[in-house]
Amino acid sequence: MEMTGTRTIAAPPQVVWDALLDADVLKECVPGCTEMSGNPDDGFEATVVQKVGPVKATFRGQVTLEDRVEPQSLRLSGEGKGGAAGFAKGGALVTLTPAGAGTELTYEVDARVGGKLAQLGSRIVDSFAAKMADQFFERFQNAVAPDAPDPAEAPAPEPAASAPEPAEAQAAPEGGETDQSKEKKGWFRRLISAD
Amino acid sequence: MPKDTGIGASSKRREDVRFLTGKGRYTDDINVAGQAHVVFLRSDMAHGRINSIDTADAAAMPGVIRVFTGADFEGVGTIPCGWQVTDRHGEPMQEPPHPILAQGKVRHVGDPYAAVVAETAAQARDAAEAIVADIEELTPVIDMKAALADGAPKVHDDLKNNLCYDWGFVEENKAAVDEAFQNAAHVTTLELVNNRLVANPMEPRVAVGDYAAHDDSSTLYTTSQNPHVIRLLMGAFVLGIPEHKLRVVAPDVGGGFGTKIFHYAEEAFCTFAAKAIQRPVKWTSTRGEAFMSDAHGRDHVSKIELALDADHNFTALRTETYANMGAYLSTFAPSIPTWLHGTLMAGNYKTPLVYVNVKAVFTNTVPVDAYRGAGRPEATFQLERVVDKAARELGVDPVELRRKNFITEFPYQTPVAVEYDTGDYNATMDKLLELIDRDGFEARRKESEARGKLRGLGLNCYIEACGIAPSQLVGQLGARAGLYESATVRVNATGGLVVMTGSHSHGQGHETSFAQVVSDMIGIPEDQVEIVHGDTANTPMGMGTYGSRSLAVGGSAIVKATDKIIAKAKKIAAHLMEASPDDVELKDGAFTVAGTDKSVAWGDVTLAAYVPHNYPLEDIEPGLEETAFYDPNNFTYPSGAYACEVEVDPETGKVDVISFAAADDFGNVVNPMIVEGQVHGGVAQGIGQALLENCAYDENGQLLSASYMDYAMPRAHDVPMIKVDHSCQTPCTHNPLGVKGCGEAGAIGSPPSVVNAVIDALQSAGHDVTHIDMPLTPPRVWAAMNGANATGGGGTAHGRSVGAGDTATH
Repeated sequence: MEMTGTRTIAAPPQVVWDALLDADVLKECVPGCTEMSGNPDDGFEATVVQKVGPVKATFRGQVTLEDRVEPQSLRLSGEGKGGAAGFAKGGALVTLTPAGAGTELTYEVDARVGGKLAQLGSRIVDSFAAKMADQFFERFQNAVAPDAPDPAEAPAPEPAASAPEPAEAQAAPEGGETDQSKEKKGWFRRLISAD
Repeated sequence: MPKDTGIGASSKRREDVRFLTGKGRYTDDINVAGQAHVVFLRSDMAHGRINSIDTADAAAMPGVIRVFTGADFEGVGTIPCGWQVTDRHGEPMQEPPHPILAQGKVRHVGDPYAAVVAETAAQARDAAEAIVADIEELTPVIDMKAALADGAPKVHDDLKNNLCYDWGFVEENKAAVDEAFQNAAHVTTLELVNNRLVANPMEPRVAVGDYAAHDDSSTLYTTSQNPHVIRLLMGAFVLGIPEHKLRVVAPDVGGGFGTKIFHYAEEAFCTFAAKAIQRPVKWTSTRGEAFMSDAHGRDHVSKIELALDADHNFTALRTETYANMGAYLSTFAPSIPTWLHGTLMAGNYKTPLVYVNVKAVFTNTVPVDAYRGAGRPEATFQLERVVDKAARELGVDPVELRRKNFITEFPYQTPVAVEYDTGDYNATMDKLLELIDRDGFEARRKESEARGKLRGLGLNCYIEACGIAPSQLVGQLGARAGLYESATVRVNATGGLVVMTGSHSHGQGHETSFAQVVSDMIGIPEDQVEIVHGDTANTPMGMGTYGSRSLAVGGSAIVKATDKIIAKAKKIAAHLMEASPDDVELKDGAFTVAGTDKSVAWGDVTLAAYVPHNYPLEDIEPGLEETAFYDPNNFTYPSGAYACEVEVDPETGKVDVISFAAADDFGNVVNPMIVEGQVHGGVAQGIGQALLENCAYDENGQLLSASYMDYAMPRAHDVPMIKVDHSCQTPCTHNPLGVKGCGEAGAIGSPPSVVNAVIDALQSAGHDVTHIDMPLTPPRVWAAMNGANATGGGGTAHGRSVGAGDTATH
């Protein structure tokens, strides 16, 4: 599976860069992430609960970061194992370029799934991944730049093929943000501006 | 006149009462006191090196009795292959070991590398999740041609390469065939794929192993088409259990279609583990497991060339096929693309020169073996597609081109080893044309066109070799087994009898049709005849059911055994009537003496046999029980002509099968209703192959079609009413019933007519499309009509069999 995309984030590249390398930010932004630990030098370890079509599983995996050129680009690679559900592995090249006051973030993902995920989910993996990306960047936007006007590049999550996950419900459709997400707004930025 | 009973009657299937009322006794219904359950941990990668497997956590989980890995099977035999093919250069095929649980490497998605035995299946499943395996992913080989390239990763490190064998047939004809092509007035060439299929019997596989310590004997209950073959293979080659200490029971089996012929690792595991833990061990396959552990079918990539002279006589035929073996050699895998495929390449035609080359290739995919038709559908599809294409290129009627080249004199020695004993291909073609109203087709096409649809008519012939098989012949061809069949007829004192057959019924209706044969021979009601099969403890050593062999070979053994019974009963009757045995006749259940009014009933004779108060004890033994083994001296050759009409929606590429007709020559027919049902089932599977079914792998060897969401089985609305005719009968000349076998014909004969019909429909609208690879899904058909890549990825034919990754949907 290959997926590419570009997002405009209403924060300068250095803010985006720092957030991308922060385990707490990642934990908040990766849909279904229940645990995230580690650091940019040693890599991150994560636990993600997700449902791909009929396959629901807890994925445990490692992500390593390579070719870091701060605050311009980095390469991620990782693998998650979901036990009987199979596995997912892949990599992504992320580049950040200044765009006015914000950042244009471009990603090129090359990933693949195996085992039951491939057997039962191959038909829906692409759309699942796109949905994950949308959710991630919506949360990421909220984490680093909550007050920015709604970036047109972050489309609404597409209609779910299956029953929405709790996490998805939390991510909230455009316009009607929940109290919960308001609370979280901009916490990362507040954190770094307090420093 | 239709008969009410005996041979030729459409007796209702007696077994259906229990099947249709939920009272069948299948392997999963068998629960042995104290049984444990096994769950296999299967590879989720196509190719990997096993560095370590840590089972400690799993072993400590609740209910876990023992966790097994490949290390537990060192010193135990490996799953054997039952057929050795010799290659073009006289070398035996490369034959890798197939361990019960993977050792060293995993070689396909679904390859089991650990097994958890626990009190319940759920506990075993949970514990399997706790096994930590360090498996280093290796580059897999999926595409057959890439697998044969220099430097390709090897599925088996100890083999020279991934080529199982390179087979030429008939090698001595090669030069003459090449010369005929140089001199040909016209050559038609076609490259095609015979798509990989999954058999999908309704009942998934199940195995229950049981060990009796008191007499050191093992019993395996299993979903098999041939329990004696499993007993021999597993006992002698895998576990070292003598046959007198091993019983294999295959009770009611819910469909096999070939995939339940083979000896599987799970059977050996359950038998082995039951002894190891001194508890019965049961395994029930899930449907998902079935997709990645039942042997698959077909998966050939072929190039076929037909040479014709200026008068359109076929002068030579040449094929080159890549046949996928998968990661290991399944029981009969090597024989399918060779002796069950190459020997049929002459088809119904008197082509004098034929050369078949087959390269069998190991890949990191599920093993491939026989599936309904087994080699013969692959041969028929190529041949009938290329003949159709030749007719179109030459602008001649496809029926007339076929007729011109039909074999019309029998027996006929083909250039590919087999000798057809009898047949009448014009008769079945005439019958087919009568069934389909060919003259009315143009009007039907116009009517379809008025509705915006494209209509096509496709037809084809087929011949197959079944009634498998003459043992001496197949022994020379590499079979490691005899292929006779056996029967014991045990007459009881009160006149009823039990037929214990080595054949196995898993949907074919043997309990009905075999009883019809015996009741007809003796003249007693069918309900006086009980058919017993499926248990090595109470049937003579038989070879089981596949290759449309049960009536032709198994039925012949029953006839022979019943003949012995009748001969002995006549001696007893002669004694009772004080007549010469030569003058005694048996008719309608009574013995009479010619020219007299003397008569004794069947039951009087059978009673005398077991209560021998008035009995010729000095000449014959008491009792009435006989066993016969029948070894055929040739294959049988069912043949026929099939036709299909389709409508194609030009907007979407969707193909609808509007009508289907089958004119078969099965020789004599015992139960016309059962024969018709067999053809129905086969045609449905053929339509499934042609339009819907595709076992798809991605380039990493991930199986993409492992559920019914992605593997499209034909449903009722995909299959039209099927006209079936078997009135053209040229009885087999060499078995006592004159029967040929009907189980596979429908699956062999139907795919080419479906594809021929779709091509015909597209051509009628001016689309220059000469071939589309099966399954003819809407995207493929639409793409072909619109000049896009019609084959769903992969630029070459070799790339198309796997890696295309497109699956069909309803």
